[in-house]
Amino acid sequence: MSALVRLGAAACVAVVQVLLVAGGGLLLLGVMRKTRSRCEGRVGPPVRQPLLDVVKLVSKQRIRPAAASPVFVAGPVVVAATAVLVTAVAPLVTSDPPLARSTDFFAVVLVLLLGSVSLALAALDTATPFGGMGASRATTIGALTEPALLAVVLALSVPARTSNLPALVREGIVDPRVVASPGRILALCAFLVVIVAETGRLPVDNPQTHLELTMIHEAMVLEYSGPDLALVTVGESARLALLLGIFVNLAVPWGVAPGRGAAELAVGSAVLVAKVAIAGIAIATFEVFTAKLRLFRLPEVLAGAFVLALLGVASTLVTR
Amino acid sequence: MSGDGLGLAGGGGAGLEEVTLRPDELVASAAALFGRGFRLALVGAHDGPGPLRVVYLFTSGPPDRRVELHVVLDGRDRAIPSLASLSFPASRFEREMRDLFGIEPVGHPLARRLVLHQHWPSGWHPMRHDAGDVPEMLDDASPYPFVEVDGRGVYEIPVGPVHAGVIEPGHFRFSVVGETIVQMGARLWFTHKGVERLFAGRDPRSATEIAERVSGDSAVGHGLAYCLAVEAACGIDVPERARELRAMLLELERLANHVTDIGALCNDVGFGIANAKALAVRERLFRLNAELTGHRLLRGGVVLGGAELRRLPTVAELAEIGERIAEVLDLARSSAVVMDRFAGTAVLAAHEAEEIGALGVVARASGLGHDARVAHPFVELPGGFVPARRQSGDVLARFELRGDEVVASLSLLVGLLARPGAPRALGAAPARPHAGSGSGIVEGWRGSVVHRAELDDAGRLARVKIVDPSFLTWPALAVALRDTIVPDFPLANKSFNLSYAGNDL
Repeated sequence: MSALVRLGAAACVAVVQVLLVAGGGLLLLGVMRKTRSRCEGRVGPPVRQPLLDVVKLVSKQRIRPAAASPVFVAGPVVVAATAVLVTAVAPLVTSDPPLARSTDFFAVVLVLLLGSVSLALAALDTATPFGGMGASRATTIGALTEPALLAVVLALSVPARTSNLPALVREGIVDPRVVASPGRILALCAFLVVIVAETGRLPVDNPQTHLELTMIHEAMVLEYSGPDLALVTVGESARLALLLGIFVNLAVPWGVAPGRGAAELAVGSAVLVAKVAIAGIAIATFEVFTAKLRLFRLPEVLAGAFVLALLGVASTLVTR
Repeated sequence: MSGDGLGLAGGGGAGLEEVTLRPDELVASAAALFGRGFRLALVGAHDGPGPLRVVYLFTSGPPDRRVELHVVLDGRDRAIPSLASLSFPASRFEREMRDLFGIEPVGHPLARRLVLHQHWPSGWHPMRHDAGDVPEMLDDASPYPFVEVDGRGVYEIPVGPVHAGVIEPGHFRFSVVGETIVQMGARLWFTHKGVERLFAGRDPRSATEIAERVSGDSAVGHGLAYCLAVEAACGIDVPERARELRAMLLELERLANHVTDIGALCNDVGFGIANAKALAVRERLFRLNAELTGHRLLRGGVVLGGAELRRLPTVAELAEIGERIAEVLDLARSSAVVMDRFAGTAVLAAHEAEEIGALGVVARASGLGHDARVAHPFVELPGGFVPARRQSGDVLARFELRGDEVVASLSLLVGLLARPGAPRALGAAPARPHAGSGSGIVEGWRGSVVHRAELDDAGRLARVKIVDPSFLTWPALAVALRDTIVPDFPLANKSFNLSYAGNDL
């Protein structure tokens, strides 16, 4: 019986987290666009606009290129599925998510990478120039962000002696000094750069441009329409919310529910939403005052992130 | 305009020379003019009544000099010696003439279609007097002859003619290695409307509105060039006050367009805040324009023989607008990323701009000095006006030059406002209409706009030939893209911001 209760509680946590991240991710996009509009002196679209767009897209006709293979069809599904999988088991609302003992940070990185790769392959699949161009640029950036991300994981897991993600979050709650340690601060700075690059935000990519030739991420999904595009949008915004959720819980772990009780989950959800919203507003505000870097400058920025993460690793070895 | 007719004396302005030549004398005469520093500003063919004629308008200045070479073709062979080896602009005009009139440029190195796409039936030339109705188009599926680049890792990116934004139609074919553009071919001419033909047979007074719509953003530039051409043809005297008002309208148009471009350049590198501010200033200018002329794009301000404004702008309004533009420029300059994107991107060297015959903002950003406000002035500008120039020829130079020109336009406007006078001024009603020809050259915001008008014996328009600076400047874009990377193309293109409608009449 108690096993069944535990299973129910775990499922409950997973459902809450997935709903929060999938729905909240779209609202997060809305909040970021609103922030940007306000900073530029415009009214901007309502915060719920991305949600309405997805509802509209779902009801529209699905058009796929004649030459599309199952790879094209699988792209959005894999992106959304990997985001949902990681969301279900990541320490977002609670530091005791389902399968907590198996939620390894390395595994999280690799599962999310699967989504990126499937989208790049799907973009190549249609053989349109923009798809190939976007995929080529995205993989180039991916090849630079992944080492940085792995170095981030290393820097975080060396002092904790584990790469278990819930454990890394709990460690911060238990001992606040860990959060303020130079190693973790350096690693989290690098993590933030990686998140900006991976989710196609400025100064790496401009999510609001209509200029096909400058696009990175948008170029890959140009061929999707209707429900497929809705799935891409939901999957991508969920990735952004998920990554920011992990980031804020590592940087400011307080408020994360220690268990799986209903009250705890409610408080944990509210705190998570607040923290991610603040992070999103901060990123959007930063975006207002920056511009898109020349494509060939990106390696410098991403190499910088890698160096930051490596310094994080080094400092954990020194200060131990 | 009231009155029952137009002007008395025929001929053009003070520095005009007309020479009639046989076709075999053309090359030597043209070479002599090029040698004396003239540029070929316009080539217009005329078909009927009478034999087929081609008029070459050569200009230089200051002082304002214009030489027209009139070449009458033999009835039979419809061929004319090509000037392509002397001048690149000539080669473009000849290809245009070949498509529209069927005049064969003998010795042209690239005698293939320019204006008309493949599906126009061969042997049918829309500007011939006996062209008749538009025949059925034939798509023989023959591919457009883009230059194909072969080699390891070279791939092509086709873009357009339908783009994701509200942009005019143009197809661009990039041959790329990695991200570096090896070769770019632009296929334009998707918007052929037969504008020049619309003028034929009209009363000159009722055709200004067509000229104002040649390129929507250059209503004053084209409207004024048209009026100057007709006024020269009819010998209409335009009062000094009207000339001053026209100069103000021209600078107001320049302001609105340059501000738009300054914002759009920032937007193309993802710096939306500068664009938002620039768009607000643009809207402010449009509303001011509407108050001044009744139209946001200043249509109706320039009229044949004069200029009509509802009121004059005030110095305070201009000062406020100037401050807001300076704010946008400072904001853009304060961003290291924006400056990095602009600097060194899509460089057009001075000698390239000169050889191609590039005009206006593009040419002055590459260090050339041509400006019709100085070379072909229609009014004495205040304060010893000297056109701004930049040397580096990159996107940054074109951005900063627009900033320089905004400052110059504002100070010109303030200087012109200091001269007393009414907001409207019209020339005396001219007498009977009669035959004549004349040209009008105006420094529109993109560059020199040239119109040449011919009137028949009844005083109606027989032919108006229009040259938008875009026609001559478009080829420079492909040259400037050498060593530019694909994601910088939209920025490079925006920094040129050439007209498709004005290019393809």
